[in-house]
Amino acid sequence: MSATDATAAPPPLRLSAAGWTLVGLLVATLLLVAASLSGVVAKGDVLDKVMVDPFRQMVEAPDLLVQTVWEGLVSGVLYALIALGFVLIFKASGVFNFAQGIMVVFAALTLVGFYEMGVPAYLALILAVGVMFLLAVAVERLVLRPLVNQPDIILFMATFGITYFLIGFGELIFGGNPKQMIAEQLYLPKGAIEFKILGGFVSLQRIDIAAAMIAALMIAALAFFFQKTRIGRALRAVADSHKAALSVGISLNQIWVIVWFTAGIVALVTGIMWGARSDVSFALSTIALKALPVLILGGFTSVPGAIIGGLIIGIGEKLGEFYWGPLVGGGIESWLAYFIALLFLLFRPQGLFGEKIIERI
Amino acid sequence: MSMRNLTIAALVAAAGVASLGTLPAAAQDQIYIPLLSYRTGPFAGSGIPIADGMGDYLRMLNERDGGIGGVKLLIEECETGYDTKKGVECYESVKGKNPVVINPYSTGITLQVIPKASVDKIPVLSMAYGLSASAVGNVFPWIFNPPVTYWDGASAFIKHVADKEGGYDKLKGKKIGLIHLDAPFGKEPIALLETLAKEYGFELKLYPVAAQDMQNQGSVWLAIRRDRTDWIYNQGWGAMNPTAVKEAVKNNFPLDKLVGVWWAGGDDDARAGGEGAKGYKSLNFHASGANFPVIQDIVKHVADKGKSTAPKEKIGENLYNRGVYNSMLIAEAIRTAQQITGKKAVNGEDVRRGFEALNITADRLKELGMEGFAAPVRLACDDHNGHNNVYVAQWDGTKWTKGSEWFAPMKDRVRPLLESAAADYAKSNTGWPKRAEACDKAS
Amino acid sequence: MFYREAGQYKTTYAADMAIFPILQDRIGLGFILFTAFVLIPLFGGDFMLSSVMIPMLVFSLAAIGLNILTGYTGLISLGTGAFMGVGAYACYKLTTIFPGVNIIVWIVASGLVSAAIGVLFGLPSLRIKGFYLAVATLAAQFFLQWCFVRIPWLYNYNASGAIEVPQRTLFGTPITGANATVETRYWVLLTLVVVLTWFASNLVHGRIGRSWMAVRDMDIAAELMGIKLLQTKLLAFAVSSFYAGVAGACMMFLWYGGGEANDAFNINQSFTILFMVIIGGLGSLIGSFFGAAFISMLPTVLKFGLPAMGIPLSGATAEHLTFLTVGTLIIVFLIAEPHGLARLWQIGKQKLRLWPFPY
Repeated sequence: MSATDATAAPPPLRLSAAGWTLVGLLVATLLLVAASLSGVVAKGDVLDKVMVDPFRQMVEAPDLLVQTVWEGLVSGVLYALIALGFVLIFKASGVFNFAQGIMVVFAALTLVGFYEMGVPAYLALILAVGVMFLLAVAVERLVLRPLVNQPDIILFMATFGITYFLIGFGELIFGGNPKQMIAEQLYLPKGAIEFKILGGFVSLQRIDIAAAMIAALMIAALAFFFQKTRIGRALRAVADSHKAALSVGISLNQIWVIVWFTAGIVALVTGIMWGARSDVSFALSTIALKALPVLILGGFTSVPGAIIGGLIIGIGEKLGEFYWGPLVGGGIESWLAYFIALLFLLFRPQGLFGEKIIERI
Repeated sequence: MSMRNLTIAALVAAAGVASLGTLPAAAQDQIYIPLLSYRTGPFAGSGIPIADGMGDYLRMLNERDGGIGGVKLLIEECETGYDTKKGVECYESVKGKNPVVINPYSTGITLQVIPKASVDKIPVLSMAYGLSASAVGNVFPWIFNPPVTYWDGASAFIKHVADKEGGYDKLKGKKIGLIHLDAPFGKEPIALLETLAKEYGFELKLYPVAAQDMQNQGSVWLAIRRDRTDWIYNQGWGAMNPTAVKEAVKNNFPLDKLVGVWWAGGDDDARAGGEGAKGYKSLNFHASGANFPVIQDIVKHVADKGKSTAPKEKIGENLYNRGVYNSMLIAEAIRTAQQITGKKAVNGEDVRRGFEALNITADRLKELGMEGFAAPVRLACDDHNGHNNVYVAQWDGTKWTKGSEWFAPMKDRVRPLLESAAADYAKSNTGWPKRAEACDKAS
Repeated sequence: MFYREAGQYKTTYAADMAIFPILQDRIGLGFILFTAFVLIPLFGGDFMLSSVMIPMLVFSLAAIGLNILTGYTGLISLGTGAFMGVGAYACYKLTTIFPGVNIIVWIVASGLVSAAIGVLFGLPSLRIKGFYLAVATLAAQFFLQWCFVRIPWLYNYNASGAIEVPQRTLFGTPITGANATVETRYWVLLTLVVVLTWFASNLVHGRIGRSWMAVRDMDIAAELMGIKLLQTKLLAFAVSSFYAGVAGACMMFLWYGGGEANDAFNINQSFTILFMVIIGGLGSLIGSFFGAAFISMLPTVLKFGLPAMGIPLSGATAEHLTFLTVGTLIIVFLIAEPHGLARLWQIGKQKLRLWPFPY
């Protein structure tokens, strides 16, 4: 990481250029709003609908704006959690782990499955963590170790194999029917807090608040783990250079088990939270696709990138869908995130926080 | 050696694969009923109970009556995973075995099978799904979609709204929303709702949910809250439904104003909302619950003997009963075919005639142990749907109850739309065959 | 003993540059074509043709397309499914607007439409690389799929949003629509695949193919050597999308025969085709065929083959086991031969040269 410090700082000119663009956009928007208020841009114009009306709505119904941002924030946090699983594995083993999405489902399914077999909720939780550990060991032994030193795309492909395997295995054992997340048994709060503000009301689901808090705690714990512990240092060394890490006596295999296990725990937490929002079924794995734009936005190798990227995507897509979606018939959420990410990517091809790509002949 | 050996090996392998298609046809003293079902994939939650119900009713007939008219039924499930490609594969693999009817159980598969069925002489039963226009028997002699189409469903919803609001004139100025899966299935009711919106002066709001956002409906429901929509019709499927119910609860949307299409009426769908889901409505064309002689017979003859694929507590749930209803239609069509032709082991062509002459009266329903379970169904040569009565089921927190009496959809509105859609279909599929099959007198 | 080049002299440059310089290869190719064109339709049966061979051929075309982009030019794309969809919808629109023109012309023309869209979505490839690009191509996937649902003009305002394949004929024989026999559809498709494969083979062995490979191996170095990155990368996107588009049109018109098209071209389709390319072998045309055969046939064989062999598996359990097995096989396969089936084929050929004498 330190090796790239000298080059990592983006050229100051570019940054200020982007800054100026942003300021320009804001000024233009303000001008347009002013124009519309003064009647220069007529109500109902295309320009008005795209550039002014959404902002007018935001001003007129601030409670909805707050609610939308909150929704975006919560889903952003959950996207960030999935992205975090990707980042951990990518950093440590260079594997683009497509199976992260299915790990979310598998973890949640294991938890609920054990509970349905009559295991008490907390014991089921511990057992699910145990299963994720076994999975990490199995992946390392049976997939990563034999495939060491293969090109990235081969490892990427192998994670597809894992995905298929987990789908078949999970359904075989727990059945394909959707299950209810045992949120109450895990003492997760339910219900909502509602308060009146700004002439309307905002309702915050307790489970969402809990999700945001647990996610924050988890990220803090992970940050501590990676910054302060011996294993964390080893992991960062591995992320920097496999060979250098090996030469100072760090066991790659051990590190891989640890990161896959950590990613498994992250998956379990995500699974519980998202499962509580809808239900636990294999359809849930499509949620993981949402983490991909987060990844390219934040950079494959950056933990803060995953978090900030998640928030940008989450809030961005909810605002976009809510205020601009109706203009084209709605449902734009499915691709908006990718376009937001692409836009950022055109300025920074390695993502917001990714390590600068230096190419030499 | 080299190349030849390999090619021979390839040929042998190919021949092996080829032989799969030509499995021995079902024996003559049996009636072969393939059941396309999906117990896997993202829609498995809805697919499993339906598949259980379908299979269990037919197995019950085998156990209790020794089949239909003394002929045993050979039941075989083929797993589609709700995937069109796999579904068509299933169709191709069963069509050589003299099936009497095909249940595609997915709109996508139905659309695929429609042009093939008339060539292969196999009737297709797409019970209240598939192509709405296929209700027009003169254009689609081989396709049956009783008892209602999606357009009937949407019209029934509007009727229910008018009923609750106190008359059609009260609809004026109301905001009525359609939350739907952003796919052909979900978009199906739009055309009809638009027509009705013009007529009654309500405002139609569309809330599409992309398939990959089925479990991520936050912004959709915020939009509903913003628009202050009065009523919502939910044309959803699979994981979309429980999420919609949860979001409605979360957003304080009055649940008794959220009405699902019959496919949004799974017990699991409503249960997901917990306490708050009380009042959630769903259109239905058969009863739920196990308090019917027919369901008791299934319990006695199938489940108690350990031959059911369903866990016992799920027997009698809404979607399970839908499977039972589906199989009842098949069985009655076969029985009618036996009466018309005088044959015992009927084939696909006979069963097609059986469907067209299908007339399940209230008395017949009583004989079947289905009194109060479903409304009488009558199909005809040009009406392959029946536009049957439906009712609104309501969730009471633990089970579905009857939220309204049986009532008829707006058949007069739906039929012209169907006719024109069917004509369009025949026109855009140039070379679509004219009906050559003669009509039977209804028995 | 039989497969050796000793004694086969090349007397012209053309002979030296031939794709199949060895006589036995040419005989073998002839035999494969004979099998495909004559033997399989003769002895294969309907199920074999409609559920095994036709899907395999359609996927082969798509896999060749993606292989040109990923295997030859080194750009990973996850949007193949959507580009196939563009082809299908373009073909549908073209043939319904101009019903008089032969459908085969439109199938090829729809590839060109797809190529144009492909170039548009290929533009970011100039700045973005590797997995970043892969994810960026997902934008194309989701956006195009959204368009397929949302623009009713594309499916002629059909109430079910489905493509309805009209009957079209070639020399008086129906080749699309319900009345086209499976044999006719198979022959048309096979001819298209053979011609397009021949075209692709010439493309990748020529100057263009070499510049693609130079870009794949290191784009900066290629640029320094005078290869224009813009043109080369965009050409790869265009050709790749062309093949995907033709494959999509074939899929709808010759295989599915219409139906809910937007769902057929979803993200899973894109992934499946990527599997085929990787399992088959990156940068190998024959690998595309092997990969397509392996991935498209495996589930079918497991599902219908095992019960036929007397292993009683049915319904859901079989499906779960199929998933399990496919997943395991992919991993086992990657471990055994990361360079794909094409590499195994090469090794086999090498061994044959020496056979039966090891030295």
